Amino acid sequence: MSNPLLEIDRLSVHIPMRGKGLLSSGIKLRAVDEVSLTMQRGETLAIVGESGSGKSTLGYVVAGLRQQTGGSLKITPSRPHQNGRKPVQIIFQDPFSALDPRMTVEDIIGEPLRLMGQDRGTRRGRVLEVLEQVGMPAEAAQRYPHQFSGGQRQRLAIARALIGDPELIVADEPLSALDVSIQSKILNLMSDIKERHGISYFFISHDFGVVRHLADRVAVLYLGRLMELAPADEIFANPAHPYTRALMDAVPRIGRGRRKRGQVLKGEIPTPLNPPSGCVFHTRCPRATAICSTERPLLLPLVSRPAQLAACHHKE
Amino acid sequence: MGLNLSIDTAVPASSAFGSGGAAKVQRPGNQALLEVRELTVSFPGEGGSRSNVVSGLNYRIEAGETLGVVGESGCGKTMTSLALMGLVPTAGNVSGQIMFGGRNLADQKDREWRRMRGRDAAMIFQEPMTAMNPVMTVGRQIAEVLIRHEGLSRRDAADRSVGLLEAVGIPSARRRADDYPHQLSGGMRQRAMIAMALACKPRLLVADEPTTALDVTIQAQILDLILELQEDTGMAVQFITHNLAVVSELAHHILVMYAGRGVEYAPAEKLFERPLHPYTRGLIATLPDPDRKVAKLPVIPGGLRSSRSPGCPFAGRCSLASDICRAAIPPMIEVEPGHHVACLKVSQ
Ligand SMILES: Nc1ncnc2c1ncn2[C@@H]1O[C@H](COP(=O)(O)OP(=O)(O)OP(=O)(O)O)[C@@H](O)[C@H]1O
Ligand SMILES: Nc1ncnc2c1ncn2[C@@H]1O[C@H](COP(=O)(O)OP(=O)(O)OP(=O)(O)O)[C@@H](O)[C@H]1O
Ligand code: SF4
Ligand code: SF4
Ligand SMILES: [Mg+2]
Ligand SMILES: [Mg+2]
Repeated sequence: MSNPLLEIDRLSVHIPMRGKGLLSSGIKLRAVDEVSLTMQRGETLAIVGESGSGKSTLGYVVAGLRQQTGGSLKITPSRPHQNGRKPVQIIFQDPFSALDPRMTVEDIIGEPLRLMGQDRGTRRGRVLEVLEQVGMPAEAAQRYPHQFSGGQRQRLAIARALIGDPELIVADEPLSALDVSIQSKILNLMSDIKERHGISYFFISHDFGVVRHLADRVAVLYLGRLMELAPADEIFANPAHPYTRALMDAVPRIGRGRRKRGQVLKGEIPTPLNPPSGCVFHTRCPRATAICSTERPLLLPLVSRPAQLAACHHKE
Repeated sequence: MGLNLSIDTAVPASSAFGSGGAAKVQRPGNQALLEVRELTVSFPGEGGSRSNVVSGLNYRIEAGETLGVVGESGCGKTMTSLALMGLVPTAGNVSGQIMFGGRNLADQKDREWRRMRGRDAAMIFQEPMTAMNPVMTVGRQIAEVLIRHEGLSRRDAADRSVGLLEAVGIPSARRRADDYPHQLSGGMRQRAMIAMALACKPRLLVADEPTTALDVTIQAQILDLILELQEDTGMAVQFITHNLAVVSELAHHILVMYAGRGVEYAPAEKLFERPLHPYTRGLIATLPDPDRKVAKLPVIPGGLRSSRSPGCPFAGRCSLASDICRAAIPPMIEVEPGHHVACLKVSQ
């Protein structure tokens, strides 16, 4: 497929460490380390991985909130985005702190248009449009964020992201602060918007149920590196990377009865200040052999399923 | 993980439950370790009225058993647990009976609560920092509990706290004992809090969303740890979560709460095989399944809000609701052995 929406090539975010003797020592924290991937138009890519694996950092770079320190990122919109409209928008996990409590909903959502110099009348029409798209009544426009529940606020955040007519929305754990009964509604809303507007999501999540539901492809990060990148159907049916498998095994599921102990991934994610040599996962990997601690595995397609890529010397 | 909670150095076997092990817990007949009857917690509401955040709750937990308590945010899970520990904020009023080891805790004096907490029953939280002192090393905090409740010497208590940190799977425990809570990762802090809670081998562990803030991998480790400790000591566990999948892996019995009330209470297998209450069914159906993709997830309409109407608290969101549902609050009825439901349409 040609002309992807997003192309990331060997992208890194290495953060110089401050503190006693650290800066001068040149120690860098590898938050994201040589990640390469592309996203097609309309495609939803889920980013999964344990806390500290670099998901948000990568998402911020995609959303233009943060600069990479190496590699490149290219976004090719399918249409012109004039007047400061951005093809990429972001929504955050916490629907409470994301909205300015002193502004009305109309002003919050219309803010990007105000910055483009649109007058109040034009803005109002568009605000009502996006409110409707996220299933909120027009009256909401004149109210303040604290008058809404968590789920409603997340709808408002989505409305604010939609108003600039983006092609890609970076969603950083948009559901994890919400109750289950509200999660499913926002999830349905997000898939609706995706279907109707052809929007792509760069969807950061640690909930595999949610990922299964929304993602077309899945990227698995560990210590800033891409471990596996594959279509959702394939990665859920046959995870190729031992880390992906471990993550999926750890997900609690209804219908298995009481858990059997002892099949869990041991230990914790090591510090990105001093990542393990070779394959960064080798310190916790049940399949590790000698080569794993010396040679960094490349992200390569599986022979049997070429759309599925994994960085492992002993991939399945 | 070499688990050994009976690394007693010079521990007098004086605590209420002896030196551990389910076999030691003497209970006449089928009296449960914990039996909660008509538990109600109320707070002052508008205009001098009182509003119940927990209403008429009934359940029991046997020694060595886990009860999972599930429900949406605000349904009263934490308040129920705080009531068991005598920790309801002073504005709150607790009524009903909390029978623990044959005694009704609801009439206890503050002094008795203090003596009981940490020794007979202990609680762990989602955010370990709420239970830990940020300016005291973790080893010292555990030692303090042992000194206070078990009368250990400072030196013995220090040794024992290292043993406990080892038992909950903290690597290089002797060194880690000298760390302050903020120096530990989230998962390690959770382990340290569990070590502190279990220092005196309580008969009941109340766990309030202890894995909610953790990665699935670390969550799995902590769930395993709780199972292991339970097998080892025979403690009863009340595990609170909004995540049905988590309790399905841990609990023997499940209590589903809605708006402060129990709406379904059943053995775990029964509840997941055949959920009866419309709310429970909704909760299970709305959970996106990692093993199966569906075009559109079912949803429970509306949201949890306090209802002033006299009927079933779920009526405003229930697709089966009819006029009879709005007439009176449906009582919990045992529709099959052990399976209790508070829904008129089910019990009819
Ligand atoms: N500005 C910064 N200064 C120092 N370290 C940082 C900074 N931003 C990120 N990091 C570090 O980079 C790593 C990746 O962080 P990031 O927030 O991207 O992880 P994440 O996968 O989003 O984790 P979580 O699931 O907890 O949100 C972490 O070790 C984090 O501490
Ligand atoms: N100090 C208080 N005074 C009055 N009402 C309170 C107080 N603390 C909590 N509540 C109310 O009691 C109800 C039950 O709260 P509780 O914390 O038990 O819910 P929960 O089920 O634990 O929710 P969550 O899943 O969000 O932790 C809520 O409606 C809450 O607003
Ligand atoms: S390369 Fe080796 S250590 Fe890394 S995931 Fe594969 S088997 Fe495990
Ligand atoms: S009593 Fe009526 S409203 Fe309440 S859950 Fe049953 S059917 Fe629904
Ligand atoms: Mg993040
Ligand atoms: Mg709570």
